[in-house]
Amino acid sequence: MGLLEVDRLSVGIGRLTLLEEITFEVDRGEILGLVGESGSGKSLTALAIAGLLPLIGARVTAGAVRFDDTDLTRLDEYRLRKFRGRRIAFITQNPMTALDPLQPVGEQVDVVARLHLGLPADVARSRTIEILTQLRIPEAATIYRQYPHQLSGGMKQRVVIAMALAGEPDLIVADEPTTALDVTVQAQIIHLLTSLVRERGLALVLITHDMGVVAQCCDRVAVLYAGRLAEQQGVRSLFAAPAHPYTHALIDCIPKDGMARGSLTGIAGSVPSVAHFPSGCRFHPRCIGRQSVCEASVPAATALPGGAVACHFPLNGDARHG
Amino acid sequence: MTGAASSARPALRDNLFARAFRTKTGAIAGGWLVLLALAAIFAHLLTPYEYDIQQLSAAYSPPSLSHWLGTDEFGRDLLTRILYGARISLSVSVISIGLSVLAGMVLGAAAGYFGGRLDRMITTVIDLSWSFPEILVALILVAIIGPGVTGTMVAITVAYLAQFARLTRAQVMAIKSETFIEAASGLGASHRHILFRHLLPNAITPVLVSGMLATGDAIILEATLGFFGLGAQPPTPSWGAMMSSGTALLFKAPWIIIFPGLAAAITVVSINLFGDALIAGLDVRSRPRVE
Repeated sequence: MGLLEVDRLSVGIGRLTLLEEITFEVDRGEILGLVGESGSGKSLTALAIAGLLPLIGARVTAGAVRFDDTDLTRLDEYRLRKFRGRRIAFITQNPMTALDPLQPVGEQVDVVARLHLGLPADVARSRTIEILTQLRIPEAATIYRQYPHQLSGGMKQRVVIAMALAGEPDLIVADEPTTALDVTVQAQIIHLLTSLVRERGLALVLITHDMGVVAQCCDRVAVLYAGRLAEQQGVRSLFAAPAHPYTHALIDCIPKDGMARGSLTGIAGSVPSVAHFPSGCRFHPRCIGRQSVCEASVPAATALPGGAVACHFPLNGDARHG
Repeated sequence: MTGAASSARPALRDNLFARAFRTKTGAIAGGWLVLLALAAIFAHLLTPYEYDIQQLSAAYSPPSLSHWLGTDEFGRDLLTRILYGARISLSVSVISIGLSVLAGMVLGAAAGYFGGRLDRMITTVIDLSWSFPEILVALILVAIIGPGVTGTMVAITVAYLAQFARLTRAQVMAIKSETFIEAASGLGASHRHILFRHLLPNAITPVLVSGMLATGDAIILEATLGFFGLGAQPPTPSWGAMMSSGTALLFKAPWIIIFPGLAAAITVVSINLFGDALIAGLDVRSRPRVE
């Protein structure tokens, strides 16, 4: 049993279905990477876990999000709020705009602890400074009083992480936490998140489109394509032997040492929009190994050792290395 | 908010007016407003005359040492009447705009934040009142309630409500989609917290600017209603009513219309300038990055 179990979750807006039968789980001390191109439904999955779909006018149409044996999709807004920030913390996409510009950053961390842990203001304050220090923010007491515009992107992201940690959650859902940061800061933030998971036994759902980040820190990986789960595996086997052609193509998109100039390939075409999802396997128009059956029927998920793949012709070991 | 939250914030709040006063225009404009307000409050101590005692033998006196700004057609001291008039003009405009901003922000924030049917209801009513000129809305309301100070205040409050509600709604809708609102929701913040701690503080600056500008307009609107005889009723002095009685005597005793007009003009300009200075101090982003 995982701490978080997303079970055949479907999400829709109006008559459109955006996510279909997404299934994965995460346990304490584990990092699950949720990968896929822009528009594949990663952020939507994150919003669904945090119960924030109403923000964008979407809703869960089927399935369950079980957290510690509670189905979050059945809770009302009031009860959900007890989970958000306290048990499940949500780190939004862009650190540059994730902080209220009019409040000193330290206070924004305080508020979370005061709301969820009921700490008095002065205790919350010293605790905030303590957390900021643990996140390797120099002169935390000074930073505490600063406004977001006075901090660099990396500092802001650390404050955002501090906000997430302030309620002592069990699960963190981080939606592309490093997208807006430069590479060196990215590495620091990822390292920070990884060590938090290992030291505190947190569960982390890390949403990213950066396969390099996935390879570095995730334990397991779920690959999303056009609102469906393409493949899910342990990180080693996924990189060593991707079963879904999409995963294979994504891995091929990572630049490697010793590559000839100009040999880095992308994936032809782009993720289809919700209104124009292709029939059958949604990846078939872009797949190099497509057959007529791919266009005709939706591939069911088949089990792999430690995972699953939804493909009519999963790549076997040989092809995977080929 | 208590403790840490408030201990760090007074730096922002307490210095707000001080900051405005430190700028040159802010000091001059604010100085005039403070002086006028004090003079209005202590009018009964400052002048030996009464605003409502007629002295027909002294009617139409030009400015002199005994009547600095001259007298009107009933021989009443103009300076005295301008000071007492300031009581009405300032309090009516400030109170009604204050109420208008408050009500407008509540309506606008509710409409913008919750959306849906509530939004459509509020927006429809607001747009309807927006489609009439303010003076027309005010005249209709005064006609319904009846002339006088209360009627004028209600009229001004309602006449400017649409402006503040629309502005707040637009601001709230824009800020609602910012990441930090999503982040706050994601960490368990309630609607109340998001509205009062995040949305309104971020939306308030432009509303205050327009409230400040509207206060100037409201003085003019109050004067206009007074000019038409719909504002404060005689013998209570109001700048508009004074100007109104001065129109007939424009060439015989021009000071009767000039001085109340001047008082209104200088006050309106001062309010606008002080408003600008205040806004500059309100923006935390204008502070240096390194403290």
